[in-house]
Amino acid sequence: MAFATFGPKFLWELNTTWSMLAILLNTALGAGMIWANIKHISVLDELQQKIQLDAMGIALGVGIVGGLSYSTMDNANVISGDAEIGFLVILISVSYMIALVVGKKRYA
Amino acid sequence: MKNKLKVLRAERDMTQADLADSLMVSRQTINAIEKGKFDPSLPLAFKISKLFELPIEQIFDDSEID
Repeated sequence: MAFATFGPKFLWELNTTWSMLAILLNTALGAGMIWANIKHISVLDELQQKIQLDAMGIALGVGIVGGLSYSTMDNANVISGDAEIGFLVILISVSYMIALVVGKKRYA
Repeated sequence: MKNKLKVLRAERDMTQADLADSLMVSRQTINAIEKGKFDPSLPLAFKISKLFELPIEQIFDDSEID
């Protein structure tokens, strides 16, 4: 991610071809991460899968509601500066981790 | 759903970990089923039934289901 983000500015001086290659590499690594996650979930037992599914559902809901609210706040100039996608990624990640912990405790 | 899993396991001197290994699930899953917090799927219920050599209705109590 850092390679594709900072590369154009610090490594190849905004060369479009290199930027596209870096983004493609980044996307391929992301696809690999998704595949690894699917493999990981497929070997879990049914309760662990349920905990994961519940956590993903909560993270998706929080992401959509939070993301749309954040975007609306940006459009309405409620927040200073532009809305950053990084905040949405953090929000989804944190809500997913909290939901996982709560799910683990609920069935303990 | 209520069940006799804990009793059946104790009768056979099995720990939760032993039962979990036999059924290829996590110990947390066995614990959750015993406490009635989680109902197993039909395939897992049949696995439990085969392991204890008892019909499903003798392990799981369906009286709460209308």
